[in-house]
Amino acid sequence: MEIKYIIDRFIKYVLLIMALLSVFILFLIAVFTFREGLPAFQEIGWREFTLGTVWRPGQEQYGILAMIAGSVLVTLGAIVIGVPFALGCAIFLAEIAPDNVRKIVRPAIELLAGIPSVVYGLVGMVVLVPVIRKIPAPGNSGFGLLSASIVLAVMILPTITNIAEDAIRAVPRSYREGSLSLGSTHWQTIVNVIIPAARSGIIAGIILGVGRALGETMAMIMVIGNSVVVPSPLNDNPLTIFLRQARTLTGNIAVEIGYATGVHESALFATGVVLFGLIIVINSIARVLMHQRS
Amino acid sequence: MTGSAILKTNGFNLYYGSFKALEDINIDIPENQVTAIIGPSGCGKSTFLRTFNRMNDLIPNVKVEGKIKMADQDIFDMDVVELRRRIGMVFQRPNPFPKSIFDNVTYGPRANGLRDRAKLEEIAERSLRGAAIWDEVKDDLNKSGLALSGGQQQRLCIARALAVEPEVILMDEPASALDPIATLRIEELIRSLKEQYTIVIVTHNMQQAARVSDYTAFFYTDESRTGILVEFALTKEIFTNPKDKRTEDYITGRFG
Repeated sequence: MEIKYIIDRFIKYVLLIMALLSVFILFLIAVFTFREGLPAFQEIGWREFTLGTVWRPGQEQYGILAMIAGSVLVTLGAIVIGVPFALGCAIFLAEIAPDNVRKIVRPAIELLAGIPSVVYGLVGMVVLVPVIRKIPAPGNSGFGLLSASIVLAVMILPTITNIAEDAIRAVPRSYREGSLSLGSTHWQTIVNVIIPAARSGIIAGIILGVGRALGETMAMIMVIGNSVVVPSPLNDNPLTIFLRQARTLTGNIAVEIGYATGVHESALFATGVVLFGLIIVINSIARVLMHQRS
Repeated sequence: MTGSAILKTNGFNLYYGSFKALEDINIDIPENQVTAIIGPSGCGKSTFLRTFNRMNDLIPNVKVEGKIKMADQDIFDMDVVELRRRIGMVFQRPNPFPKSIFDNVTYGPRANGLRDRAKLEEIAERSLRGAAIWDEVKDDLNKSGLALSGGQQQRLCIARALAVEPEVILMDEPASALDPIATLRIEELIRSLKEQYTIVIVTHNMQQAARVSDYTAFFYTDESRTGILVEFALTKEIFTNPKDKRTEDYITGRFG
């Protein structure tokens, strides 16, 4: 009799400790990254580090603007390509697909999230890059922002689709019925009532997709070209900026950490700090929007 | 029965999967009259109401048998969008869209392709007047429909239905979520609307049926859970001289 209450209490504490431990690990990672990055900020200076356009560790030049631009542009590209796609999937799954179709399509889309990043990179390298290379522009190697954006668009598809689908499903049935009862078509109902009512959830999904895109590393390294120059258009068509090779913040760390020492090493941790900050901001916005909904 | 019937139901059955929810319903809804459908919970009266504008199409596995004709056209052969323009609906809970009052009331005409701003404004005013809410909202048509009180929201929903200029308006317990004063206003409104529209109203409240309707249909179900139409007649007949024992038991409050 007594013993089962002891076990009960014991288990409670074990679970509590496990939960606290995971929070503590997050805390440790944050502290460690900031501590390791701090010397770089002190040595180089905040402004010079984040706004400097030249990254030449050999000559003590540490400006990560090129990588910030790379990360931002590739994320932007992925959003432009991926969001319409993901929204289309979400609308299809929530509104149009019959149950048996949905039972196949939704797990398939979720499976996309389970494919290892390096496989995306590989497919991008072998299949996508040669296709992009065919676009006629001076200096177009196929590797670059466009290839990376397309790969990333597919990678963030499941995140956005899942959250957007849930948001669309959460729209009260009474809105749907009200619209249909007024003699509007299913599509008019989707566009005029359901999507606007699900808006904050859809935006939250997009923002979480942005967070995921910013953090992606391996696939980006494999298709983006990793050049450390601030991207600029290849010719007078400004869109050719997406054919330019670039490097992401995450790629910068992964490519160089193997041989970096001293300030260089610290600068890579500082890159991580910038990334950390960016993602915290992005996720907080998503959180606020998701709570607004309920 | 005075006047002609606008909706003629003949041998109508409805199934949810293999479960028979309504059996052999025969009823002619008279034009420009208020017809009330009453009956105990679970007798299928709302399901039946939602058959007229085919709202049950949204529910998978619903199967129907028999005929319902509107002006000699079978509603199950009609284009459903067209059908719903001719048969409007007001729901149990007020369900204005999270949009402005103006956008709510002009939603139907715009879905229909009308873009002319002056025309839309004219329709908005006419519909809001028709639903007896114009004086309360005319100064802030840009306010959200959700900012109105429950009774106002329901009248906005009625205005929204009127804006499409339907021939029939279905009302599914339109006052059950409202306080007595708001209910009274909805009832007054229903009586004034029958000049121009045919109204079919489902209600739990027998006094309400007696107050607003010209005709009353009594639906009933036994242990089988299958709904049947027991009696359909002039409201005063039903309430003063019911033909069926079950109708009498129900209106005298012996069950339900």
